[in-house]
Amino acid sequence: MTHDGMILVDALRDPSGTARLDPAGWTALLTIARVEQLLGTLARRLSGLPVPDAVSDILAEARVNAEYQRRSALWEADCARRALVDYSGKVVLMKGTAYVAAGLKAGEGRHIGDLDIMVAQCDLPQVETALLKAGWEWVKDDAYDDAYYRDHMHELPPLIHKERDRMIDVHHTILPLTARPRPDAAAMLADAACLANGLYVLSPADMLIHSAAHLFADGELDGGLRNLWDIHCLIDEWADDVFWAELARRAAQHQLLAPVERAVRLSHRLYGTEIPDPWRRWHRQDKHYVRRLIARDNWGRGTHKFTRLIFYIRSHWLRMPPMMLARHLWVKWRKSA
Amino acid sequence: MHEFRVQVGPAAFRIGSQWKRPLDQLAELYRDYPVPAIPDYTVRLEPVSLLRRFVRQSVAINGDYMLPDAAPLPLAQGLLAAEMAMNLQMALGWRRHLLLHASAVEKDGKALIMTGQSGSGKSTLAAMLGHRGWRFMGDEFVLVDLDSGDAVPFPRLISLKNQAIGAMLATALDGRFGPLMPATPKGDIRHLVPPSDAIAHMARPAKPALLLFPSFGFDPAVRDVAPSEVFMRLTQASTNYVALGERGFTTLTRFVQTVPARAIDYRDGIEAEALVNQLWAECA
Repeated sequence: MTHDGMILVDALRDPSGTARLDPAGWTALLTIARVEQLLGTLARRLSGLPVPDAVSDILAEARVNAEYQRRSALWEADCARRALVDYSGKVVLMKGTAYVAAGLKAGEGRHIGDLDIMVAQCDLPQVETALLKAGWEWVKDDAYDDAYYRDHMHELPPLIHKERDRMIDVHHTILPLTARPRPDAAAMLADAACLANGLYVLSPADMLIHSAAHLFADGELDGGLRNLWDIHCLIDEWADDVFWAELARRAAQHQLLAPVERAVRLSHRLYGTEIPDPWRRWHRQDKHYVRRLIARDNWGRGTHKFTRLIFYIRSHWLRMPPMMLARHLWVKWRKSA
Repeated sequence: MHEFRVQVGPAAFRIGSQWKRPLDQLAELYRDYPVPAIPDYTVRLEPVSLLRRFVRQSVAINGDYMLPDAAPLPLAQGLLAAEMAMNLQMALGWRRHLLLHASAVEKDGKALIMTGQSGSGKSTLAAMLGHRGWRFMGDEFVLVDLDSGDAVPFPRLISLKNQAIGAMLATALDGRFGPLMPATPKGDIRHLVPPSDAIAHMARPAKPALLLFPSFGFDPAVRDVAPSEVFMRLTQASTNYVALGERGFTTLTRFVQTVPARAIDYRDGIEAEALVNQLWAECA
């Protein structure tokens, strides 16, 4: 079975359907949910449903873990807030930390790794100085990597806190500067909404657009099922006529309409998200994305090596122009050889 | 993928391997353990590359929880790789008890728990006592129940290192030893199946009654350890104390307040056993 990712998709979409699973089916589901970092989410979805005792113990453990991650993420966000207390610009939380800080469904049970924040590009030196002063340190000591981040990326080189061992990614926009779309970062910051603690989150449309950009305009779709679940939850949370109109307008403004449309379509296709008819036009390439998203076997291993390779190459293609890609791969190869 | 499953105490594992031999060794050594239907954790022993499946075979340790920089092992040490991988799942994944990096033995329903750095002898002491009138509960992890405070056994295979191998060969029964794996990253390793009562009663918890911090290689001595120091050392000996949040704090606080603790120095097993018996009579 090489499309076993569907067992996870089905369980998230229709939790009561897990009543039909045998022990081998449960084993595959739990293993794949863990490797896709969706076990905490699955545990939330299966709350209150009858499951075998062994499964119940595993799901309880996943809930403890999710609560720990929520707590640490909020604590880490507060550490950043205190480090940047003298900075007068907006500090915008992104991804998982934003979802839990704003109390959104997308944050329920969600795995959260690094802290992602966004600030105005012109303020990066000030923010960088404040974070270094508060105990964050550079992870990479490689001059090429450092210069690469500063010249071409949408974020500072990653920083790690020397005592808490937690990473922070400081963004100034949502895509690498070498990618073809040029999102309007200033508009994102301008429309970000203030939380009670003085930190900000992106507006609903921008939050969804960032998630879609991350999924379909940047990476190689690793962790894609989780990203797509975020998108499903965000749509579910906000969808009304005003939201859909704003989403289309805003996505066009950020030059990201195609990835946003794809995210909405695939969320509908895999997770059964309710979406308006005009958003349902199926694209002939969508099936390759589905194939890549669910390529797992019941041991949690990635399958479809060729499809994965194509998406890996695509991720670099999207990130940079051909000559630059060639130079980048050359430098990386020289260093690894 | 060849498959092997085993239940150790409250934890159930599924181990997959591209090679059959390490799983045959596991099946032989874990022959008296239950086989779970739905495992808690999956572990995979996989070739580092396609080439390394056949030539200078090299085992990468993968699974639900992984360390990014875990070094692969030669296939001859596949059994060790599987044991390390199972330990890793517990250390990184277990949230159902407060997990202490410690060994334990039981007598009269009460548990003696020993913790310390690698080389302190806690593992060898538990193995030895487990063959001399105590019930062996585990040589790697002690699981403290978050409600009752009881110590729950995790009696995986005993992992004997270097000189401990010879010492236990004189004590334990033939036919319970795994293959000798010389010159592993942890020195010479040989696994020993725990005594049959340890396996038969692996679901039976015990009340923690005495905590020891052993140190091997010093003249015999006993020292008190302040509760504040016990607390700090146990937070370091626990891999999930922080993740458990308030329940971890409550459980550890109760443990420190109710379990007497001593540091002991010893030069050999006979000295250690005498000190243990003396302290057990005084404290437990």
